[in-house]
Amino acid sequence: MFDFGKWTSCFNDWLLGTGMADWLAVLIECVIVGVIVLLAYTVLALFYILYERKLCAWFQCRLGPMRVGPWGLLQVFADMFKILIKELICLKGTDRFLFKLAPYLVITSSVIMLACLPWGNGLQIIDWNIGIFFVLAVSSVGVLGILLAGWASNNKYTLIGAMRSGAQMISYEVSLGLAIMTIIVLSGTMNINELVWAQEDAWFLFKGHIPAIIAFLIYIVAATAETNRGPFDLPEAEHELTAGYHTEYSGIHFGFFYLAEYLNLFIVSGIASLMFLGGWMPLHIPGWDGFNMVMDYIPSVVWFLGKAFFISFVIIWFKWTFPRVRIDQLLSFEWKYLMPFALANLLLMTVFVALGWHF
Amino acid sequence: MSQLKEKIEKIYPAATFEDGECLQVNVAEPDWHDFAKKLKDDFGFDVLTAVVGMDWKEKLGVMYYLTSTSHDWEMLSVKVEASGDRDSSYIHTVSDLWKVADFQEREVYDMFGIKFVNHPDMRRFFLRNDWVGHPLRKDYDANPELNPIRMDDEENEDQTVSYKLVNGELKPEYGRVFEKDDYVVNIGPQHPSTHGVMRFRTSLDGEYVKKVDVVSGYIHRGIEKLSEGMTYPQTLHFTDRMDYMSAHMNRHCLCMCIEKALGIEVPRRAEVIRCMMDELMRISSHLLSFGCTAMDLGATTAFFYGFREREMILDIFEKTCGARMSMNYNVIGGVIADLHPDFEKDVKELIAIMPKRLKEYHNVFSNNLIAKNRLVGVGMLSKEDAINYAITGPSGRGSGWSNDTRKKHPYGIYSELDFDEVLLDGCDSYSRYMVRMKEIEESCKILAQLVDNIPEGDIRAQVPKLIKLPVGHWYQQVEASRGAFGVYIESDGSKNPYRVHFQSPCFNLVGVMDLTCTGYMIADLITIGAALDFVIPDIDR
Repeated sequence: MFDFGKWTSCFNDWLLGTGMADWLAVLIECVIVGVIVLLAYTVLALFYILYERKLCAWFQCRLGPMRVGPWGLLQVFADMFKILIKELICLKGTDRFLFKLAPYLVITSSVIMLACLPWGNGLQIIDWNIGIFFVLAVSSVGVLGILLAGWASNNKYTLIGAMRSGAQMISYEVSLGLAIMTIIVLSGTMNINELVWAQEDAWFLFKGHIPAIIAFLIYIVAATAETNRGPFDLPEAEHELTAGYHTEYSGIHFGFFYLAEYLNLFIVSGIASLMFLGGWMPLHIPGWDGFNMVMDYIPSVVWFLGKAFFISFVIIWFKWTFPRVRIDQLLSFEWKYLMPFALANLLLMTVFVALGWHF
Repeated sequence: MSQLKEKIEKIYPAATFEDGECLQVNVAEPDWHDFAKKLKDDFGFDVLTAVVGMDWKEKLGVMYYLTSTSHDWEMLSVKVEASGDRDSSYIHTVSDLWKVADFQEREVYDMFGIKFVNHPDMRRFFLRNDWVGHPLRKDYDANPELNPIRMDDEENEDQTVSYKLVNGELKPEYGRVFEKDDYVVNIGPQHPSTHGVMRFRTSLDGEYVKKVDVVSGYIHRGIEKLSEGMTYPQTLHFTDRMDYMSAHMNRHCLCMCIEKALGIEVPRRAEVIRCMMDELMRISSHLLSFGCTAMDLGATTAFFYGFREREMILDIFEKTCGARMSMNYNVIGGVIADLHPDFEKDVKELIAIMPKRLKEYHNVFSNNLIAKNRLVGVGMLSKEDAINYAITGPSGRGSGWSNDTRKKHPYGIYSELDFDEVLLDGCDSYSRYMVRMKEIEESCKILAQLVDNIPEGDIRAQVPKLIKLPVGHWYQQVEASRGAFGVYIESDGSKNPYRVHFQSPCFNLVGVMDLTCTGYMIADLITIGAALDFVIPDIDR
């Protein structure tokens, strides 16, 4: 398995070898990493927009964008430039400071989460002992941005959208956290790098079998709700609230919400692949050494992205199949069924781990 | 008819009668309300089918058309001349007996200026509150300086007015639409789910709807007024532009009404073609309704499925009529052009695939748990309310009320055809939705019976070059996609109609929005609207 860590430490040695101070080398590295993360963010967002548009078109017996570039591949770039040159409109009666702050809060939280993902062997940007806990904490900042956006717009539709969003994200975070906790019980670590390496022999989904599979299903449902996607897209239920919390935004301010929404889809898929499908770890089956070696030839980045895209595909599939639930149904589903189930599952996993019934 | 006449004479000796297609009773205004109550309670006239405001030059008045569900759908018309002089005409309201009269009388007030005594909410319905004059009166001054294009926004009229009769004088009493501290959200006029330019002012309690105030008239085109200045063949094209999803049926209705007045016999081939076109239109309308219901619930994919099949029907229309919307196909005496050679083949293809596709719709949407949770038990409308509000069509049949005009007053060739009236008694949005889905099957059944039996012959009868109707008035109903569509024509013998009134089903549908939505959530308002399936141009004629 190729370790990207070799490249990064090589670069670090070279920087230090030129005789510059430690702090300067770290600063340069930070800037380079930051630029790469932001670039990856944009490229991924553009890819996701096209990915969803094409998938949704195929579900709906259509072709999707076809005019700009071959198979419409350049459509998203055209859209991006359009949104960049649009005027930022700030309406009368809005709370200007909060109105402008909100999209940055949303996008910041999603960029930080992106930096925590295990991109490949040795490609870990933020890596510390509470890694997955940190991701959960940061994801809550996004809710704040959405609430602020709804409140600052001074519009009844956005306010209802923001309130729904707040209620929904806070509720489903509980199930999301419990599903992740179930896996942490199995792995015994919150460090992202260790989580991946712990799945070298087999992915957690197979290691933890029954409770892990239940946790996986709970996670997918909660993650769909957490990213405000159908059938849980109430905060921006366009048929009720026109566009929910971002109704009054224009230009790149709207674009930030839009990008964050797509990137959050990638992030929850990335975390699902980290927690259940081994992160960047190739598919290993204990005892099948030849098979495992062949799998190792596929680069780890491809493994990670492939798994994330697959889970995103499932979530997109939900959205383009199911109708939207109602807010009371949404909340009662979470508090009456999903969360008690997740709690019981956590207990089940604890019993399994205590009795050593896992692989 | 004579039996009814004798009975009415017994309870109201002062009545005078005119014979026509149905019995007409002339009633003096002061006795009208008591007489109406007796008609409803003792004679079983429980449906107020149409309220037609009239201006007979010296007097204003209203023609009421009543239907009895218990007595074989017998119809009765009542002519009431308003009391008072032209500028302060009034009639006692019947909105306390038939709820459907609530909006109908507001429309009459808007267009004729007849005030309805004791009506709870006598605001204008279509026009702006600052409009000068009442357009359908014969002495209306259309001078543009009186009603210029206004550049200011219309103030929200939160004040309701109700007129009481005190010692022969009209005395206004004022009330409010919403309380001062109500949280009022505007749904519309520009909103993705009002299916057109419709506005619901909705007061909310959290996510729950407390009251819905319907504000209509954003696309009112004054079709009834325009028709008065046109010859009969010219009035036909308006019908395609009211409920554009029932274009063929509406036009069929107006043509039949004129043919009835002229005594024209329509050739058999034309009758069969008209019937087939009506049923194709019904399928297309119900497919759109399926798609929009799914779309309003967020199931966009189902929407595209519905449109995929609707496209086939539009192609059939395009080949024969030359247009996909506003087909302008029926004319007085028959149809304008013969069928396209591909017609039979295309229709057979449609009938063949529909059962499979309906199964697909049920798989992807109707049987989906989320969709059921959203639709079942939402927007309850009891059978009594459906009758009282005159909710005909699939929405009324979803409440278990058998009201299909094709069965009750068969027209065209419907009496010869074998089809069932779909009735469900869930009284909720899901029943209304399922009635539509089942009606698609019934319409396919009708098409299958006719497609191989289109007779040869003329496609239209000989009609005079200049069509003049004899003096008199006529009322004709058909079953449009959304319920009973009626046309009232009054003629003074000239080449223009003296008065044309279109009784549209959607007008009644929007009247139950407040009743059905109150107590449900704001998300349900959208699904209730989708399942009632009103089309805005049909309301704003």
